Amino acid sequence: MQGGSGMSKVSPIRAVNDFVVKFANVNGSGSASANLLFAKAILRMGVPVAPRNIFPSNIQGLPTWFEVRVNEAGWRGRRGGVDLMVAMNPQTWDEDLKEIEPGGYLFYDSTKALPASKFRDDVNAIGMPLTAICNREYSDARQRQLFKNIIYVGALSTLLEIEPETIAELIGEQYKGKEALLKPNVQAMHMGRAYAENNLDWPLGVRVRRTNAVGDRIFIEGNSAAALGCVYGGATVCAWYPITPSSSMAEAFARHCKRFRTDPASSKARYASVQAEDELASIGMVIGASWNGARAFTCTSGPGISLMQEFIGLAYFAEIPAVIFDVQRGSPSTGMPTRTQQADLLSCAYASHGDTKHVLIFPQDPKEAFEFAALSFDLADRLQTPVFVMMDLDIGMQEWLCDPLAWDSRRHHDRGKVMSFQDLESGKEFGRYLDVDGDGIAYRTYPGTHPSRGSYFTRGTTKDRYAHYTEDGATYVDNMQRLLRKLETAKQYLPEPVRRKAGAPTRFGAIYFGSTAPVMDETLAALESQGIHLDTLRLRAFPFHDAVSDFISEHEQVFVVEQNRDAQMRSLLINELVIDPGKLIPVLHYDGTPITARFILREIGEKLAMFNVTPLRKVAP
Amino acid sequence: MTYLAKPRLHHPELPKNKLGYTHRDYEGAVSTLCAGCGHDSISGAIIQAFFELELPPHRVAKLSGIGCSSKTPTYFLGNSHGFNSVHGRMPSVLTGANLANRDLIYLGVSGDGDSASIGLGQFAHALRRGVNMVYIVENNGVYGLTKGQFSATADRGSKSKRGAVNNDQPIDLVLLALQLGASFVARSFSGDKAQLVPLVKAAVLHRGAAFIDVISPCVAFNNHAGSTKSYDFVREHNQAVNRLDFMPTHSRFGAQAAQGARRLQPGRSYRGNKLPAAARRCGRDRHRTVVRTARCHGFACGTQHRRHSAQRIARSRARSRRRRAGEVQRVVALSAQVLDAVTCNSSSPRTRGPRGV
Repeated sequence: MQGGSGMSKVSPIRAVNDFVVKFANVNGSGSASANLLFAKAILRMGVPVAPRNIFPSNIQGLPTWFEVRVNEAGWRGRRGGVDLMVAMNPQTWDEDLKEIEPGGYLFYDSTKALPASKFRDDVNAIGMPLTAICNREYSDARQRQLFKNIIYVGALSTLLEIEPETIAELIGEQYKGKEALLKPNVQAMHMGRAYAENNLDWPLGVRVRRTNAVGDRIFIEGNSAAALGCVYGGATVCAWYPITPSSSMAEAFARHCKRFRTDPASSKARYASVQAEDELASIGMVIGASWNGARAFTCTSGPGISLMQEFIGLAYFAEIPAVIFDVQRGSPSTGMPTRTQQADLLSCAYASHGDTKHVLIFPQDPKEAFEFAALSFDLADRLQTPVFVMMDLDIGMQEWLCDPLAWDSRRHHDRGKVMSFQDLESGKEFGRYLDVDGDGIAYRTYPGTHPSRGSYFTRGTTKDRYAHYTEDGATYVDNMQRLLRKLETAKQYLPEPVRRKAGAPTRFGAIYFGSTAPVMDETLAALESQGIHLDTLRLRAFPFHDAVSDFISEHEQVFVVEQNRDAQMRSLLINELVIDPGKLIPVLHYDGTPITARFILREIGEKLAMFNVTPLRKVAP
Repeated sequence: MTYLAKPRLHHPELPKNKLGYTHRDYEGAVSTLCAGCGHDSISGAIIQAFFELELPPHRVAKLSGIGCSSKTPTYFLGNSHGFNSVHGRMPSVLTGANLANRDLIYLGVSGDGDSASIGLGQFAHALRRGVNMVYIVENNGVYGLTKGQFSATADRGSKSKRGAVNNDQPIDLVLLALQLGASFVARSFSGDKAQLVPLVKAAVLHRGAAFIDVISPCVAFNNHAGSTKSYDFVREHNQAVNRLDFMPTHSRFGAQAAQGARRLQPGRSYRGNKLPAAARRCGRDRHRTVVRTARCHGFACGTQHRRHSAQRIARSRARSRRRRAGEVQRVVALSAQVLDAVTCNSSSPRTRGPRGV
């Protein structure tokens, strides 16, 4: 033990398959892949993990963290707190040290001795001279850096009893066909193990034990799952502009398409993925392609949504399908580009000038991102309007353990109301904005369908039911009313909210959505174990289903848990459902990191305590 | 164009093209632009070109941005789907439409404000990508709908109707298009239908990005002394050195059109007709120089750029004839207009995408 610390005064944390490891590294040092290797090795041992790469918006030099939650119960959200800190970044040493739970562990590079003031007496310090080992073993500077990561993974595998064979197997998969890289990596891992076995006290109080809690679940990033959903949903056109954290979705779409949408006979691409010059062009291309009969989407983040506003209004008013994936990030402005938030709710719900309102859907994890991605194209075609799939960085760019993605091969794409050549030929009346079915949705035609019938002029100006330009007030009002009717119709097609009854009757409820959901699952279980009961409702779409107002009216107080400063979902609920604002209590987390179970527990616990005030006993006169 | 409602009854012996369509079948609604507007003449030229090309109107998608020029798609090809998008963003919508269906003809109509000011970025990128389209800018140097402000193509030193002098350099869309690699670039004048109609026809049959900048005077706000885009100024500075002609040598044109098929397989070779030898053979750089010189001197010049040598053209033409029955030989010659130019790069870049989604 280095640094004069050794074992802590507090008894060390003891836990099997239930702890949080956090790696503090320097960005650009190759640590992320080693840390993911660590997480995957535990997963291979049948223990669920939830990794989170918390990275800076630069290429090299700034602090970066990688948190791995090991949890046999399968909670996928962040818990809060750290049991084992792997402190590899001197820049952040002090704040990293603070985060460790009392009785927790600090694993650090002990090549240079640190003063006792740099340690905590309630934390177990485990020093390993990583730099010295690397300098001894490797001559190349880059190798010294990269292998350092693998060496600490090796040492940790001894300390936590992670099977070395499993790590070797993963390294083998990673460097398949690259023998020159495979062997040295395995060697480095064993070097780390050997040092730990001979010089450190092992195993630690926290450790991994092989079990079978993963089952057939898969490990996947939301962006990749959503992109696959687009392929299954029949999307053939993707127009996008690079922006973190959505770029990997467009890239995944191109990758999936190359595999699934290349014509085997001619090897021609049956899809188009265009990197546009900006977000204005990308949404323009989506609108042009959708107008012309393709299923098209763009993926972006907050700044992109801001740039797309004018076009979104056009698509709303001219009634052109468009699917927009908003992988939300820290905002406003450039904000925290590599951090997560749910702060684009209002800018998407009411995007563009004038009276507009849009369909939003909220997936909770990659599996739902896949399902909602496919669904979004049906919704856009059916409703002939923009549809926003509201993801966030936490869903999009982190790997999540999910149930396997499933697709019903009997499922057909709903292309909505489109008049064919036969329909027009048979003399069916065509009015582009004529509400023949009373649901607010009119029939459209694709360009080039019929020589003399069904053509119309698409415009952002006011038009009558037959798409003729007009500035007549009554006609304008008639059209705007129909658009409202259409959004009312939308509710029946949107994913319904998920309600959950508490174990006992309660006057309190909680509403949440998106990436907060997996954290809420854990929070509710914890509250329940404390005897606190909450009915919950997970929102999955906007405009709100009638069940949402029912839920609110059935409870005295309803917590609205969300990841932004201004309680945007709460505002939407108050505004759209005409709710007494006092009834909705905001629970807000918006520092850019994903919300934690402990945070929600504390917030709800404190607020509930306020409602359950016991009056002080009056002193008898 | 007229402000009177169009008669519904037509002369029974109106000439029909091979598809059985009359000129009227290519018209649209009655124009609501000012009487004498250059844009209406361009609409007329488009109607004429499509009638003569014998293309089924419904296989054309016409797209525009915002402005006087962007209103014109209402006034031609009434049986085509039209799309009046947002200001300066027509190129992206057209590109998207093109990605969805490669079998239609895409006609983008824009103005100098729409393309050279607010939409310069999208203009550039659509040409850079070589989107298969005809892109017409109806260039009058002013914003008409907002009552006569200068646009980015207004010449330096030219005067607004109120007498203000434009101090900024103009953007020359033709030079820009050349630099960006458009494979067909031309400049013409709304007042010269004899030149404009064959140009539009050639552009429609061109495979790749075809750009035509048409000087189109604004009678309401830019037709006064001191303007360099008035009818008088353009006519004065318009020196015809040639007449344009267009003739497909042999084609499956009718058959393809009847099937509602895509535009014709283009012949990639161009031949000058009665064009001065010097102008006929000049490289792209020379071409640019000629256009620039013309700008400095303020008078017109006609030129053509092509990459193939005459010998190579002959060889490739023979090859094409052997291989493709549907080859069309385009003959484009030039007359001089205010800085008019036609260029044809040998390559015909195309956007990538699915065919007929």
